[in-house]
Amino acid sequence: MAQAAIELIGINKSFGAVRANRDINLEIARGTIHGIVGENGAGKSTLMSILYGFYQADSGEIRVGGQPASIKTPNDAIALGIGMVHQHFMLVDNFSVLENIILGAESDALLKRSIAKARSELERLEREYGLEVDPDAIIEELPVGLQQRVEILKALYRGAEILILDEPTGVLTPAEADHLFRILRQLKEQGKTVVLITHKLREIMAITDTVSVMRQGTMVATRETKKTTVEELAELMVGRRVLLRVEKGEADAGAVKLAVKNLTVKDTRGVTMVDDISFEIRAGEIVGIAGVAGNGQSELLEAISGIRHAVSGSVMLDGKPIDLTGAADPGELRDRGLAHVPEDRHHVGLVLAFEENENSILGYHDDPRYLKGPFLNIDAIRNDAKDKIAKYDVRPADCRLKTANFSGGNQQKIVLAREMEQDPGVLIVGQPTRGVDVGAIEFIHKRLIAMRDQGKAVLVVSVELDEIRSLSDRILVMFAGRIVGERGPEATEGELGLLMAGVEHQEAAQ
Amino acid sequence: MSTPYAKLPAWADYGLIPLINLFVAFVVAGFVVLLVGENPLRAAVILVEGAFGKGTGIAFTLFYATTFIFTGLSVAVAAHCGLFNIGTEGQAYIAGLGIAVVCLSFDSVLPWWLTFPLAIVASAVVGALWALIPAYLQAKRGSHIVITTIMFNFIAASIMVYLLVGPLKPAGSQAPQTRNFLAGAELPKLNWIIELFGAKIRSAPLNVCFLLALIMAFLVWLLIWRTKLGYEMRTYGHSPKAARYAGISETRIIITAMMISGALAGLMALNPVMGDQHNVAIDFVSGAGFVGIAVALMGRLHPVGIVLAAILFGMLYQGGAELAFEMPAISRDMIVIIQGLVILFAGALEHMFRPYIQALFASFSPRSVGMEAVKGKGA
Repeated sequence: MAQAAIELIGINKSFGAVRANRDINLEIARGTIHGIVGENGAGKSTLMSILYGFYQADSGEIRVGGQPASIKTPNDAIALGIGMVHQHFMLVDNFSVLENIILGAESDALLKRSIAKARSELERLEREYGLEVDPDAIIEELPVGLQQRVEILKALYRGAEILILDEPTGVLTPAEADHLFRILRQLKEQGKTVVLITHKLREIMAITDTVSVMRQGTMVATRETKKTTVEELAELMVGRRVLLRVEKGEADAGAVKLAVKNLTVKDTRGVTMVDDISFEIRAGEIVGIAGVAGNGQSELLEAISGIRHAVSGSVMLDGKPIDLTGAADPGELRDRGLAHVPEDRHHVGLVLAFEENENSILGYHDDPRYLKGPFLNIDAIRNDAKDKIAKYDVRPADCRLKTANFSGGNQQKIVLAREMEQDPGVLIVGQPTRGVDVGAIEFIHKRLIAMRDQGKAVLVVSVELDEIRSLSDRILVMFAGRIVGERGPEATEGELGLLMAGVEHQEAAQ
Repeated sequence: MSTPYAKLPAWADYGLIPLINLFVAFVVAGFVVLLVGENPLRAAVILVEGAFGKGTGIAFTLFYATTFIFTGLSVAVAAHCGLFNIGTEGQAYIAGLGIAVVCLSFDSVLPWWLTFPLAIVASAVVGALWALIPAYLQAKRGSHIVITTIMFNFIAASIMVYLLVGPLKPAGSQAPQTRNFLAGAELPKLNWIIELFGAKIRSAPLNVCFLLALIMAFLVWLLIWRTKLGYEMRTYGHSPKAARYAGISETRIIITAMMISGALAGLMALNPVMGDQHNVAIDFVSGAGFVGIAVALMGRLHPVGIVLAAILFGMLYQGGAELAFEMPAISRDMIVIIQGLVILFAGALEHMFRPYIQALFASFSPRSVGMEAVKGKGA
């Protein structure tokens, strides 16, 4: 066995009463790709934050390259050759690639000399690892995949021997993810050690050598990737058997509930984000919209739900037109039976500072059930919230708790409960399971299928291709604001991936 | 991490921390007193005794507090809707005009209990209308409410100066103020309440506006936490995007919240104008609108907190005046410094001691802190 790059021995970390990490032992072999999986709140990020010097462990020992190490700040970690690529990039958008790379590691008081030095070093790194990026490009003009490459270069420039990647593929197309994996393999061949934090079990299977599973702050298992299965890992993560693929019967599509015709939407900068889109959703079917984030799905959702004004186009709800170009407001659409679970539950779907029961009427606060004249009917609101909590198994079951104190999965259940319990004819869901743990994903998917089976029309927008494939009866792929293809649920990932990357679209255009 | 600080028990959050902040403010103020060569302990005693020691002092303290309750509530209502109304000063000032019109017209024909309701309506309406313009500009044109309300303070001041040295000034008078109101526009004093407790009062301006302020504090609580309108205002205040999603009209909620805020600011004018001076004089608001910002922040935007913070500032005003009188080395400006320190520690540096207190609580009993699980970014 290769010498350990990192050893964590008996790491404990508590935040108040919560033990985020208990007695963690982990050994990461040099020159391997080591995956760490676990649900939200399992303690993965805390553990990596301890390793990278954001937090101090309460007890335990860290050894780097066999030597006991004291890592008090990220600078200590960098000095020990540990680099981190964060889920949300830590880049200055209007700086060039080079400027971002030297940021905080300037070698000279004068910027010019630092940049000159960095340029030659960068060229060497790019050659060595196949990480081509134009050093003078401005970050905000680069696609996400390249921005991530800059993050990796940043770590390598600082002499990282051990690279920690936190959810690296969340923002990438399948093709970009594949490219990232090639880079990671190349890094491994050069003797670097890679730690990959993810919740996508398929990625773990595809790229890692070893995988460790965390659950509720403890390290429950470490397996050789070759000798384990997705099912086993999922079970270890959740602590019980999980249905990874939703079971559902054939769709029984009925009348058209929502018909979108020639819809065009611009964003606040005036850029056309949704370009002349038409589609229909029928009662009793789930239509999935696949696509890489930023290809107009968000704007499409916002326009259909009345949050953002469309530029042109017509939409029929239950055969009656809605004017989405100005007059429609979300309240009116709600009254007409269109419920919306927004992509961004933290800022749109919920008010995190509110008590749970206050959020369970958001958007329906005009409903006479919740009012006594101009006053809120507090008792009715709380009882209603308690019913929903019980029905959707929201935990903790406390309708007076501040919403920010619920986990991501439970927050999503609060939104879903609110929207589904209004018995809408059309349900629009953006990113149904983003930031939601495996156990809750299963619950949410079952609920969506149940809505479909009750004869509702459901539109699901997700960047998780697996989710789209397992939920949808029809799949629409969006690229650059257009629908570039429609496929059935049997479409392969490769086929959809090409559509998502706009390949077929561009070829057709030529 | 979703919240910067974990929760403390309510009594520590709302009681202990403000007290510690206040204590530190007074300690630092004590050093300032020491610097000018006076005994800080004696100064503190004079300040507190001046404010609460005698019946007259208490009455003055509550009179000032009345003013600050109105302006504090005004700032708080706007703040719950995510709007920073710096225009309380101007809204209160211009509301004096509405009161002047009512009082000068009716003080010879109506008793005070008929003039007062008319003046309440007039001051609230004028204050609300003065807030309407910046609100409209914010809602429809995106002009920032902080800038416009500041500008409207200057406009209000200019208009009032013009009127008080011109049209509203009695012919032949040298003072820039209206004529004195007759008995029909003089509000009854409340000093008898304090005298019930055995204290003696020589002459103090505490009047029925104090009761009106307490009623308004209750109504604001009702509005913010118990009505649909308050719910919509809080939604918009926390997240405009969520409000849009919930079908709440941005224009309507901004304008409504600002008009309520302006109306509360307008009510403030009743206290000095009808309760004390019995005329409308130049600069009668004298900064109470800005103190309202500090009161609202220190009171955590909650009516109960605002009433308490207003009494604290009333104490600083009244006790400070006594202090300036007793200790010649301490000028009026020194009192402003002390008030500034209270605002600094209780408002701006509110969270300075919080992490330490939290750590203290956590070390005694982690459970009492009720810390939430640290959520991983991943998975």
